[in-house]
Amino acid sequence: MLVLDHVTMQYPTGIKALDNVTFRIKKGDFVFIVGSSGSGKTTLIKLLLKELKPTSGEISVENRPYGKMKRREIPMLRRKFGVVFQNFRLLKDRTVFENVAFAQQVVEKSAKEIRREVPATLTMVGLADKYKQFPKELSGGEQQRVALARAIVNRPEIILADEPTGNLDPKNSLEIMRLLEEINRRGTTVVVVTHNKEIVNMMQKRVITLKKGVVVSDEEKGGYRDED
Amino acid sequence: MKISTLGYSIKQGLKNIRRNLLFSLASVGTIIACLFLFGVFYSIVLNMRTEILAIESSLTISVFFEEGTSENQIQNIGNEIQKISNVDTMQYISADAAWNLYIDDVYKGDKEYVDSVFGDDNPLSNSSSYEITLNDIGKQAETVETIKAISGVRQVNSSDGTAKSLSAISRLVSYASLGVIGVLLLVSLFLISNTITIGISVRKEEIAIMKLIGAKDFFVRAPFLVEGVMIGLVGAVVPSAIIYLLYNTMTNYLVEHFSIVANMVEFVPVQEVFHGMLPISLLIGVGVGFFGSLLTTHKHLRV
Repeated sequence: MLVLDHVTMQYPTGIKALDNVTFRIKKGDFVFIVGSSGSGKTTLIKLLLKELKPTSGEISVENRPYGKMKRREIPMLRRKFGVVFQNFRLLKDRTVFENVAFAQQVVEKSAKEIRREVPATLTMVGLADKYKQFPKELSGGEQQRVALARAIVNRPEIILADEPTGNLDPKNSLEIMRLLEEINRRGTTVVVVTHNKEIVNMMQKRVITLKKGVVVSDEEKGGYRDED
Repeated sequence: MKISTLGYSIKQGLKNIRRNLLFSLASVGTIIACLFLFGVFYSIVLNMRTEILAIESSLTISVFFEEGTSENQIQNIGNEIQKISNVDTMQYISADAAWNLYIDDVYKGDKEYVDSVFGDDNPLSNSSSYEITLNDIGKQAETVETIKAISGVRQVNSSDGTAKSLSAISRLVSYASLGVIGVLLLVSLFLISNTITIGISVRKEEIAIMKLIGAKDFFVRAPFLVEGVMIGLVGAVVPSAIIYLLYNTMTNYLVEHFSIVANMVEFVPVQEVFHGMLPISLLIGVGVGFFGSLLTTHKHLRV
């Protein structure tokens, strides 16, 4: 369903962030995309969300090539993804409830739907009792769970998590991964971009390794490959 | 747009105004100044135009005929005159009627004296005429020329000095006000644009997240459009209310304290002033707010 076909991304500065990248992620897959800084992970996420246009090659979701999409179709494409950002990116002036509700307001859900779906999602991530609190009143793990709740509340087809454990201790990292696994079990495709070796090795999922913009390995039930 | 989205946009728009209160106030203040001036000029011009119309409607052109022109020919001249589009009304004044009017005007109706001097003689026996009023006094000269060209017309008398002067002043006031208002509108647009730009930079992170989770362009823009429209709306309502209060006070004061004004001018009622002014003020205020924010969001919020 998510296909990258010989995708190359070269910035105007001449830096080639991705070079001839090809892979396919099926519906319901759980995939890690790993690599150190500068390997092209961030560029890959930007390309998947159509923030950037590849220099060559084609990306498609459900047989819809990005290259043929009109500008006005981009929001609908992005609604297929639930994005968990690095550093949580929660709105500091809004409560937990409002942060999750925000994702639903953005896709123009009704107040009734928001009242029904936000508490259910917060219950799923274990934050039902913290709905009134502001992000600064929460621990890092809790903030990431709010971010996760915001990503899944609209029931996207693909969860795209960018370094979801980057700012968490091992215990909280594990909890987040368990939640992602649970979401995946319910049928959502999960793509985790990370360089957290322990987590990748522990989860035993498909691992695509990037090095300097090139896919150097793609293994089912793989582990974190050291680049050298 | 869904009701929930509209509610969200209004709430966020108001929040933006609160966040950038100083800039919002500066924008509102400029629009208030602009539309207050517009209201003042509008009131002045409207009163002048009403006065000009009153004078114009009282101004007539008199058309006299060649000596020995028959009634049939006079009728034909009348038909020709009525074909001219600028002619509003036309009335035939016979020589006798002209003489009677003259007696009333000059001799204050003293028939005995007039009879003793003139007897049955009518000194104006060759002064039957058509009294004509025009639709547009500004085109009087060319209308007079057209009438003069009609065969059998001896002389055309007209008098439009006062109306012309008033027209000229009214035009001057209109142009001056348009100039001042134009400059102020540009300043308003600039300030609104600045206010919206600051609002966008304050909400940069929120907007970025919104876009990445699938917000449509309009959803991102709507709160800023609401903000602009609100600023414009307040900027239009406040000066309108001030003008409403001031207009009555000022006109009453002028009439009470300057009898010459009371004799010369009949002020247009405030309701009539408002009937035209309020919709234009609202349109300008809301328009400046809307387009100011639309242009700014278009510039800064491209996905």
